[in-house]
Amino acid sequence: MSTNELYMAIIVMTFANFLTRVFPFLFFVKHEPPAWVVFIEKNFPPIIMTILIFYTLTSVDFTTAPYGMKEIIAIALTAFLHIRFNNYLVSIFIGTIFYMGLVQFIV
Amino acid sequence: MYYKREFKTAFTTSIPVMMGYGVLGFAFGLLITSLEYPWYLALIMSIFIYAGALQFLAVGFFGAKLGLFDIFITTIFVNIRQSFYGLSVLKKFKKSGKLKPYLIFGLTDETYALLTTIKEDNRLNKKWYYFYLTALNQSYWISGTVLGALFGSIVKFNTNGLEFSLTALFVVLTIEQYKENKNFTPFLIGIITSIIAIVTVPINNMLIVAILCSLLGMFLLRKRLENVN
Repeated sequence: MSTNELYMAIIVMTFANFLTRVFPFLFFVKHEPPAWVVFIEKNFPPIIMTILIFYTLTSVDFTTAPYGMKEIIAIALTAFLHIRFNNYLVSIFIGTIFYMGLVQFIV
Repeated sequence: MYYKREFKTAFTTSIPVMMGYGVLGFAFGLLITSLEYPWYLALIMSIFIYAGALQFLAVGFFGAKLGLFDIFITTIFVNIRQSFYGLSVLKKFKKSGKLKPYLIFGLTDETYALLTTIKEDNRLNKKWYYFYLTALNQSYWISGTVLGALFGSIVKFNTNGLEFSLTALFVVLTIEQYKENKNFTPFLIGIITSIIAIVTVPINNMLIVAILCSLLGMFLLRKRLENVN
């Protein structure tokens, strides 16, 4: 992206992000939110997080060797650490350093 | 300083967030400069956007030259959970007057968690206590980001693979989501729609297509989603 496009993208994200935070204060101070709004707000977060894992892997080629094995192993390690120690800093840092080791020194 | 006691209480309450935001902000700053963007881009983003996962994701948007409309829609859906937070603090923020816009702006996952789980001292002036808590949290995020970005532009090392921190972040957030609502259906919807989107459309449209298919899937599987809730 050019510098201008970069700043435009930041402005759009600033605006859209604030919109998600201010939304209930704009519309639901006096009225109760409709059931479908609550349904989406409640159930969408786990879906989008799953989609975002896939999104971050779109540059990985799963059709040729090593078939995304590096990513799959690093994800498994991160998930294991998180379930085991329940500390997101530990999981993210060790997971990332492990992956960096894999791509820089091994494959 | 006005409301010194409110500041002190807010500071003590916010210490765990200082650790979390400091470290994660540092990683974000490092990622920004490792991709040859200027350090102040990280600062600008942390002041104005102020949303952890989204800022990490933004780095991907920049690289992929994603269109503004797609960025807008994706941002809304990535952070839609925040509307849910707002709903539950409507009453809390009612009497906060001029400070209210900032309190709303700074309603991140962690600030929301502190606001709703810590028992409040009734002698405190609430709106100032909320304000200091929100502002302190943002100051940790900004400081972490700037330190990471400066470190990244001064100390040169091989950052190959650093982008995995983004994947790791979402893996962790997904597990956290599962803990909150032990239902596998949303993850199944996410996996299936992602694969459909990756196979059928160019990578740049993947997010939007996956989001739209998921909304459809949610309403089709409405009963299965609500059974556990």
